[in-house]
Amino acid sequence: MALARRTRRKETGLAALMLAPSLVVLGLFVLYPLGKAIWLGHQRCNSQGKACKSNGWDQYTDVLRSPEFHHALIVTAKFALLTVPLGLVLGVGLAVLADRYLKGIGIFRTIFSSTVATSIAVASLMWLFLLQPSTGALARVGWITRLFPVIKTGLLNDKGTALTAVAMSSVWANLGFTFIVVTAGLQSIPRDLYESAFVDGAGGWRRFTNVTIPMLGPTLLFASVVLVSRAFQAYGEVDLLTDGGPQPQGSTTTLTYLIYGNESTIRNNDGLQATTAVLLFVVLLVLSAVQFRSFDKRVHYAS
Amino acid sequence: MPRKREPGAEPKRRFSKREQGTIASIDSAGRGWRKVGRYTLLLIVTFVVLFPVYATVLAALKPGNQVLQHPFVPEHFTTDVLRTAWSQGNLGRYLLNSFVVAVIVTVAQVVTAVMSAYAFAFLRFPLKALIFAVFLATLLVPFEVTLVVNRRTVDSLGWLNSFQGLAVPFLATAFGTFLIRQTFLQLPKDLREAARMDGLGHWGFLREVAVPLVRPTMGALALFAFLSSWNQYLWPRLITTEENMNTVQSGLKLLATADVDKPNLVMAGTLIAAVPVFAVLMIFQRQLVRGLTAGAVKG
Repeated sequence: MALARRTRRKETGLAALMLAPSLVVLGLFVLYPLGKAIWLGHQRCNSQGKACKSNGWDQYTDVLRSPEFHHALIVTAKFALLTVPLGLVLGVGLAVLADRYLKGIGIFRTIFSSTVATSIAVASLMWLFLLQPSTGALARVGWITRLFPVIKTGLLNDKGTALTAVAMSSVWANLGFTFIVVTAGLQSIPRDLYESAFVDGAGGWRRFTNVTIPMLGPTLLFASVVLVSRAFQAYGEVDLLTDGGPQPQGSTTTLTYLIYGNESTIRNNDGLQATTAVLLFVVLLVLSAVQFRSFDKRVHYAS
Repeated sequence: MPRKREPGAEPKRRFSKREQGTIASIDSAGRGWRKVGRYTLLLIVTFVVLFPVYATVLAALKPGNQVLQHPFVPEHFTTDVLRTAWSQGNLGRYLLNSFVVAVIVTVAQVVTAVMSAYAFAFLRFPLKALIFAVFLATLLVPFEVTLVVNRRTVDSLGWLNSFQGLAVPFLATAFGTFLIRQTFLQLPKDLREAARMDGLGHWGFLREVAVPLVRPTMGALALFAFLSSWNQYLWPRLITTEENMNTVQSGLKLLATADVDKPNLVMAGTLIAAVPVFAVLMIFQRQLVRGLTAGAVKG
């Protein structure tokens, strides 16, 4: 009895020792700053962003009602709508295309996953070279500018196309990730299902819609949650491609860029930054919950 | 369910070898025109996916004054621009910074994850479920939310422009703990019991049995940690003001801002920044797939 208690206590001590490093880091750099940010969010600061004072919680409602927040939220939502569905469709398309036994298919798979090797900075600069308003490479090709005159003036300069252009570079940069995840998902589908569908006379398209897509459910849920959260945290591509512009409309000022961007008006105001960041967190939580819910009804989890 | 068969007998195959291990293509794989069509499609897609890379490589290898004349035609090549970008853009220093930070973060994440995962998988202690729930909850918190306060913390510790500042917030993640814990839980239950009979304590069991068995998962986590750290953009941008402490990502922004009128120089810098990660990925492709799909596919 006493022995059992002693081993129990020894195990608790050992557990504390093993958990300590993780708990310290997570506590200091995730939990504490989250709590502190929620607290900071209700403090009003002066115009230099200093001397912050508690002043009720109405800073949250103020930001929630402010036109800047509305604008950035809409831009971010548009950005997600431009990147996530297209990214998923292209990822699934590429994965299905490369999911055959053909000579040299390994090379194609490597190429399709290769954009996973480009960081957001590298990918954005590659696209900046192609699209840059005055010196972009695509603008130097005659037939392209004749076909799409807007490329001449600069896709990134035009308030109508800037966000789409940034989204394209983002879709490209995320393609490798989606391709890898979907390919792994495809390979985990039991072959018997295709065999029985084939025996039942289902053609290629039927097998795709009735076997592949339902069986990919969990994979697609995972990929879409990741892509949505990446879209809502998009910063690097905006910082490098447009600086949130073209101004004064701020056509590509996403939520994250509104908080941390060079051009941001709240850049030096910790209180307002915290308020906006906490609201971004709430938006992301709601979105993940919605995605899990709506997928949960349709997703088929393989037993 | 594998069926029992006579020893030595060839397994009966309903599908030819070329279809083994792949799917969706039972009646259409690789036959005549279909095959030609598929290769054509694959090549077109390859062209589209690789086009930005192609343009980058060309721009980086062309003499400065010719970059925008025929941007997509390979004409004259030189390594001058690459060399200028390397020396003028301070890229060696940035790459070194990124590498040091990424290695520290990777080693630390694997060690902290293995230890905390061991506690959750093999030890009994009070409030275990609650502590685990807290770990999982941290997964929901996006980095952007904690950034405001983390910048203050790092500032008050005097860690702006330092390796500590760049690395310490990322030394442990709940993702790593969760990933390794899952793998520990899949080990046979009797393993710990048998090791105890042999007189192995917890540390001995961890070192001699548990760690060697989950090495592939540790590899996947290591690669994932390395890449996430290497690709950090916002954090180094916010806590770095000294030129020499930039990582390669924030350094690229400096290069792009300073040489906005020299696209070939920027592209040469971009190429130099991209190559090391590309090499790492080519070598560790398998670990990458495991790491990225950890959340998607069971197991």
